[in-house]
This record gives sequence, C-alpha cells and structure tokens, in this order.
Amino acid sequence: MYAVGILPLDVVAWLVQFWIVLGLAALFLQRAPRLITNVIFPLGALASLLLAATGLWALAAPTNIMVLPLGLPDLPFHLRLDPLSGFFLILLGGASFGVSLFGAGYFRSMSGGMLGLLCLQYHLFLVGMTLVLVADDAYMFMVAWETMALASYFLVTTDHAIPDIRKAGYLYLLIAHVGAIAILLSFGVMQGGNGIGAYTFDAMRSAELTSFWSSVAFLLALFGFGAKAGLLPMHVWLPEAHPAAPSPVSALMSGVMLKTAIYGILRVSFDLLGTQLWWWGVLALALGLLTAVFGVMFAAVQGDMKRLLAYSSIENIGLLLVGIGLTLIFHVYGKDALAALALTATLYHSLNHAMFKSLLFVGTGAILHSTGERNMGRLGGLIRRMPWAAMLMLVGVLAISGLPPLNGFVSEWLLLQAFLLSPGLPNSYINMLVPVAAAVIALAAALAAYVMVKFYGVIFLGQPREHALEHAHDAGIWERIGMGWLALACVVLGLAPVFVVGQLDHVSQMLLGAQLGNAADNWIFLAPVDTGRASYSPLYFLLAVLGVMLLASVLVRHLYHGRVRRSDPWDCGFPAQTPRMQDTAEGFGQPIRRIFEPFFKIERDVPSPFDTHPRYHGQSDDRLWYILYLPIKQLTGKLSLLAGMLQHGRIHLYLTYTFVTLVVLLVFV
Amino acid sequence: MMTDYDLLFAILFQLAQLLLVVLLAPLLTGWVNQCQAWLQNRSGAGVLQPYRVLRKLFHKDAVIAHNASPLFRVTPYIVFGCMWLAAAIIPIIAVDLPFSQAADVIALVGVFALARVFISLAAMDIGTAFGSLGARREMLVSFLAEPALLMVLFTASMISHSTQLPRIVDTLAHHQFVLYPSLAFAALAFVIVLLAENARIPVDNPSTHLELTMIHEAMILEYSARHLALIEWASSLKLFAYISIGIALFIPHGIAEVGNWAGLPLAIALLLLKLMLAGAALAVLETVMAKMRIFRAPEFLGTAFLLAVLGLLIHFLLGA
Repeated sequence: MYAVGILPLDVVAWLVQFWIVLGLAALFLQRAPRLITNVIFPLGALASLLLAATGLWALAAPTNIMVLPLGLPDLPFHLRLDPLSGFFLILLGGASFGVSLFGAGYFRSMSGGMLGLLCLQYHLFLVGMTLVLVADDAYMFMVAWETMALASYFLVTTDHAIPDIRKAGYLYLLIAHVGAIAILLSFGVMQGGNGIGAYTFDAMRSAELTSFWSSVAFLLALFGFGAKAGLLPMHVWLPEAHPAAPSPVSALMSGVMLKTAIYGILRVSFDLLGTQLWWWGVLALALGLLTAVFGVMFAAVQGDMKRLLAYSSIENIGLLLVGIGLTLIFHVYGKDALAALALTATLYHSLNHAMFKSLLFVGTGAILHSTGERNMGRLGGLIRRMPWAAMLMLVGVLAISGLPPLNGFVSEWLLLQAFLLSPGLPNSYINMLVPVAAAVIALAAALAAYVMVKFYGVIFLGQPREHALEHAHDAGIWERIGMGWLALACVVLGLAPVFVVGQLDHVSQMLLGAQLGNAADNWIFLAPVDTGRASYSPLYFLLAVLGVMLLASVLVRHLYHGRVRRSDPWDCGFPAQTPRMQDTAEGFGQPIRRIFEPFFKIERDVPSPFDTHPRYHGQSDDRLWYILYLPIKQLTGKLSLLAGMLQHGRIHLYLTYTFVTLVVLLVFV
Repeated sequence: MMTDYDLLFAILFQLAQLLLVVLLAPLLTGWVNQCQAWLQNRSGAGVLQPYRVLRKLFHKDAVIAHNASPLFRVTPYIVFGCMWLAAAIIPIIAVDLPFSQAADVIALVGVFALARVFISLAAMDIGTAFGSLGARREMLVSFLAEPALLMVLFTASMISHSTQLPRIVDTLAHHQFVLYPSLAFAALAFVIVLLAENARIPVDNPSTHLELTMIHEAMILEYSARHLALIEWASSLKLFAYISIGIALFIPHGIAEVGNWAGLPLAIALLLLKLMLAGAALAVLETVMAKMRIFRAPEFLGTAFLLAVLGLLIHFLLGA
C-alpha cells in the first residue's frame, strides 16, 4: 500500500470530496427524489463504510499530515490523521453507515425540493464532522466546527413551519456559538501570543505555557466542548434540539456529533496541552457524575420517546467525562497503565454509545413513520405490528442498559475496573472521592435500565393505546438494513472486546505513552490488568446462558410436554378492561419523580374525584432553566435596552458620539 | 502449576456444582417455608413441597394470553438460565470453578440485571394493569438494590485485589477471625439487598396476591404451567445464589482449597449446615418484620446503599 504512495489521509480527503459531490448532485436531482433516496444515500453510506475502514487503517499506520493550498495567506489548512483521529473516524463511519442506509428508506416520504436540500445539508454535516476530526490548525478546526454546527442547525429546523422547532433550533444555535467562542479563546490561549503561524496544532504542542494559562485553556475548552456535548449546565439545548430533528439526524447528532466534543476535550487535554494538573481530572469527574445522574433522572420522567433518548445521551456524555476525569487523575499521578485502562473504557463507551444510541434514534424514526406519534402515552403493543423494528431495538435497549453479553456492559465493566484499581493514589482526598464516584456510576447504570425498560415496555409491549396503531406497518427494507447494521455492531463489539481493546491501544500509546494490552494470552478472555485480578469472556457467557436455556427447554419438552392453550388474560373478575388501564410513560416514571421530587419543577393538574371528564396533565421541568437561563436572558434583555438608549437613529447624535469619542481619545493620548 | 488432570477435575466439579445447585435450590426454599411455618405455630407442608409444586406445574397445559409475543414465551427460559448460571459460579464448596474466569462479580450483577430486565419486559407484554405495575415496582426496588449489591461486592474485591469470585473467597477464607470493619457494613447492606431482591418481607411478600402489595407476584401473574414452574424454580435459584454470595463473602471458612479434593466431604457438610442456618435466620427475619409501604422501600434500600458505600469508604480510609 505504501509503495503506491496512498496515505489514509488521502482517502479521507477523497471521501470528503465525494460527499460534497453527492450533496450537490442531490440539489440537481430534485425532480427525481427516488434517485436521491435509492442512489445518493446508499452511496454516501458506502463512503461512510470506507471512512471507517480508513480509520482502522490509520490506527496502526504512522501519523500522516497534509497542507492544503487553501486558507489564510500565512495559515493554510493543515490536516493530520493520527490514531486518535483514526479511532473517531471509525466511530463516525461505522455509525453513519447504518444511519445513511436507514435514511435511504426514511426520507422517502419527503418532497423532492426539500429532499435535495436536506441531502446536501446531511452530507455537509458528515463532511464537517470528518474535517473536525482531521483538522490540524485552529482555523481549519473552527471552520469545520462551524460547518458542522450550521449544517446541523439547518437539519434540526427541517420542519421549520412548527414554531417549537424554530425555537429549539435557535437555542441550539445560540449555545453552540457561545461554546464555539470559548473554544476559539482556548486556542488563542494555547498559541501563546506567537503570531498567526502559531495557530497550527503543532505550534501549540510545543508552546510553553505556565500552569495558570494551561488551566485557563483547559477550562475554556471544557466549557466550549461541554456546550456541544450537553454537559451540565450547558445541556438545555440538547433535549430540545435532538427530538426536533428528523430521526436519522437525531441519530447522527446524539451518536456522533456529541463525540466530536469528547474528541476535542481529549485532543486539547492530552495532546495540545503538554502538562496536566490533578484538579482538572477531579473537575471533569465531578461534572461528569452530576451530568450522568441528572441525565438519567430526567430521562426517567419523559413522556416523549425522543426526549427520553436525548436525556439518556446527556447521561452517557456524563459517563464519558467521568472516564476522561479518571484518565487525567491517573495520568497526572504517573499511573499510566491505569490511565490507559480508563481511557480505553472512555473510548470504548464512545464507540458503543454511537452504535446503540444511533440504533435507538433511527428506531424511533421507524415508529414515527409508521404511527406519526412521538408521545409514548399513545403508543403500545408495537412488537406485534413491527416485529423487525422491535427485535432490532431490543438489542439496542439491552446494550444501552449495560447488560452482558452486549457492548454496553463491556465499557461499563472496564470503567468499574478502573475505579477498583484506583487505591494508592498519593492524594487521600481523591482516594475518598473514588468509591463515592463508583457508587454514583453504579446508581446511574441501574437507573438507565429502569429508563430503558420504560422506553421499550411502553412503546412496544402491552396493548395498543390508540386505535390508529392497528394500522402501523413495520420498517421498510432500507430501514431494516440500517438498523440491522447498528444492532450487529452492538453484538460484535460486545462479543469481541479483546480485538477492540487491542485497536484502542494505539490511541492510548499515542496520548499516554502506555498500553492496556491483554493479560490473557487468547482472544476469548478480556483481562485488562492480570488474569487473576479480573477477566471476562462474553462469548463463554453467551454460550453458557444459551446452553442452559436450550437444555432446560429440551428437558421440559422431553420429560413433560410442550402443550399451549391460548386464552384471554386474567381479568381479576372485572371484565371491562381497556388498554388505557396500562401504565403510561408518565405512570411508569412516577416513582422516580416522587423520589427525586426536589430536583424537578413539577406542574400538575389533577382532576377532582367528581370530575365527569377527568383530564390529567403533568409536566416535570428542569429547574436549571429557571435558576440559570432565565436570569441570564433577562440580564441580556436589560443590557440591550440600555444600549438601545444610545441609539436614536438621528445622524447628528451619532456625529456627536464620534466627536466626543475623538476628544476623549485625544485627551488620553 | 495446574496440570491437565486438575483442569479436568475442575471442569467436572463445575458441572457437578451446576447439577447440585439446580437440584438443591427448591429444597432451600422449602426449608425456609417450613421454618416460617414452625415459627407461626403451623405444621407446614414439609421441605419437599416446592418439588411437588414444580412437578404439578410441569404436568399442566400452559395457558397464555392471545396477544402474548415471543418475548413472553422465551423469558422464563432466559430467567431460569441466568439464575442457574449465577448460582453455579459462586464458590461455596471449593474455590476451583473454571467458569468464574468468564464472569466475575460485575458480570454476576449483570446476570441478575439481565434476568430482571427480561422478566419486567415480559410482565408488560400482555398489557394488563398488574403487569406494568409489577414491572415498575420491580425496577424501582432494583435501581437502589443493584448498586448496593455492587458496592458490597466491590468492598470484598478491594480487600482481595480481584473481582474474581474464587480469588475473593480464597482471600477472605484465609483471614480467619479477623473482622473487617468494612465487611461488617457490607454484611448489613447485603442482608437488606437480599431481602429486597428476593421479594421478601419487608419489601415484598412472596405469599400474597393482594394487588396493593404485590411486586414479584404481579409480574408473573400471567404465567402458568411450565413457564411458571421455570420462574418459580428461578426464584429458588436466585435465593440460593444470594445466600451463597452471603456465605462466600462473610462466612467462607471451611471451603475446600485448590486441588484439595479430599476436603470436599467436610466442605459439603459445612455448606449444608450454613445453608440451614441462613435459611432459618431468613425465616426469623421475615417473621419479626412487617411489610412496609411501597414508598418506604426506597428509604430502606437507600439505607442499604449508604451502608454499602460507607463500607467501601471505610476500606479506602483504613485499608481494612
């Protein structure tokens, strides 16, 4: 391969151009919408698959760089592909392959003009994310970051006729840009005032910063990337914007775009900044824990299936940040083998979350298509109408609940192992923090299972809560293929962790100079530190459970019989049972709402017992919106009113302002 | 160094334990019920009653609702498989259990969670009011019980520097008569978790079908015949597994060491004694306590969670 002179980065550049061409082609194919869905989207998906393969190639290949003849006079665009970028390219390509294939079926119902525009925005979104991952200077990075933000803004506001969606899009755009400013400032700090040439990442790597300025850069980066990732308290846009977008776009935003923020935090803290401080890790850990518990708590009380998933994404971002915090702490204290374990857990969980969250989001798309309903309280019983979607989503639900032998369990297992290995840190206060943090992680994981049982049970199980659901149809063939790919990824990532960890070692080697490796000398057992300490074999686990199940089923049928009679469910002596007597989403979340009542701002209209047409209404809101955001909004409003007093629209007044300013400046000089 | 013979013996022993737990589990349930009957001044149905119930159920025709999905039918087998596996990987007679390499304590908690998620989903499948009520309550109880159990197991893992059950039991068994303060807290938390997870008083009542109080029984209301038999058997296995964890963590003394096949008879005798004592203690606990309101349960379990975290914290602070 090297003989012919093709580098992984070349392939990435070609794929990016290919996506741009595809997107533009869609604009000209508005009169042939079938061509867009049946040709352009699958071709785009193919490019995603190639991108994932290129990322895999780049993990083991030496770092390659490229300078484009574009950009500012003194600062051309720099690209660079190293193992860290390579890993996130795998994540991007792997998830978007499934999502694009799903999109080929999902976008079928759109009219030609809108579809062409959407297809362009969709592929530009992919281009933006790819370029963020390979950018090697601040200018290129910000251009790519903005491309990603704007493309996703337009995708979120696809249904811009609905006022709520416009509002959600505006909120997203606002917070995305507050974050972007922080990121830009962070780059400004890191370049250390050395002129425009110092905006390349290479110059930042070699810049000598005092620990104060390093900390400033880290905090700005954490704030900026945190705003994109949905970190507390910059999370408010996420549960609004993710549900507003069309489902494949929600899948890309939750599954992939949030990970670009994780990429950014990793890139800044471990690569661009030469030295790290221990309290960065503690800060990241604490913020991550808060975010995780907050996210899962709110997910439990949601009634809208896409909002529920969006809050669950906030939870997972929290878990990822906990992993980053732990990595920082271990790295600072020189325990690089443990840092590699924590980093591996973080990266593994990023990849897992990309797969199962994309799967669940596109799954909600299939449901939305088939029923037109996002409110879980009006769904139910879909497992009988949509068996394919139900089966594939079950894989995603089990994976996100962290159940063995699927992929979510592996990354949680690795993260908990990292906690278990932490004693012996020189700082005894951090030592005390660690068990508490492990307990919170365990609590969040257990609550996640609660949320997912609610999600799956209310949507797919039980009886249909509305008559319209009798006509629900299953996902189409493209949709099944897309979901099938993502479900397969969840299974494979769960069953073959040793291969994945082996590939992730390239990233740990690059960022930390240490590898996790596998202490067991075979591919069946995952044993991160040594075999006596901990080991896990998902394959044996699966075989054992299946074997025991099979044995039980054969024995029961052989020794006794397999006769089955069908009948009505037991009605408790009260025959007038209706589907409305099942738990709604609201009802299923009620215990959580009651236990964590102080955290929610609850509005409820409870009908009186004598009401002949009782209507129940309940809503659990985020207190932070009222405590933090509304005051900021009011303050901004007041300040702009004050500024408005200067503006009268009369030319002589403005001339007077100019004159006064000049006089004042002359006095000073 | 482990020879091929040792490995063969270990695998045979693993299979033997697999067989032993599945046959012995209903007996333990029968013993607990019998003890309760004695405490309530009844004569009781005898320790063999659970076997009779199972045989009766297996003979019957399964009746399932018209709208039951495949998930509903496959769940009893999954739950039974998970619980059987869980009970079989806990070292209670000897510490040589080859399968423990494949599933450590975190995976053990994962097995319980897998079974729980499936049975909760199956409970919601038919779409009756009871099913979803039971599923919701089950998940409510478990979201506090599961992390508490994990913390208890972590404390033991920290002491023995391993998450593998054989290693943990081996370490704990050879620190005779040294009381770990962290383990004392963990033991308290564990008892609460055991009561809650096995649908025992004061959290749930295994012998009631009163709609206001049911948790576990509400979930399995739609099951009959062989499906119900498997779930009942799985419940026995779960109780057996939990008591085994308790024995393995807190009173492992007398367990046979690696390669010490001669010590097996004594180890088995000791195990039976421990099981009998634990079962009797459970019966006493259940007799002296009253069922609590469902919204008291989170507080009760929260106590367990705090105790477990406290235990872990004490280990971090004192190193013991």
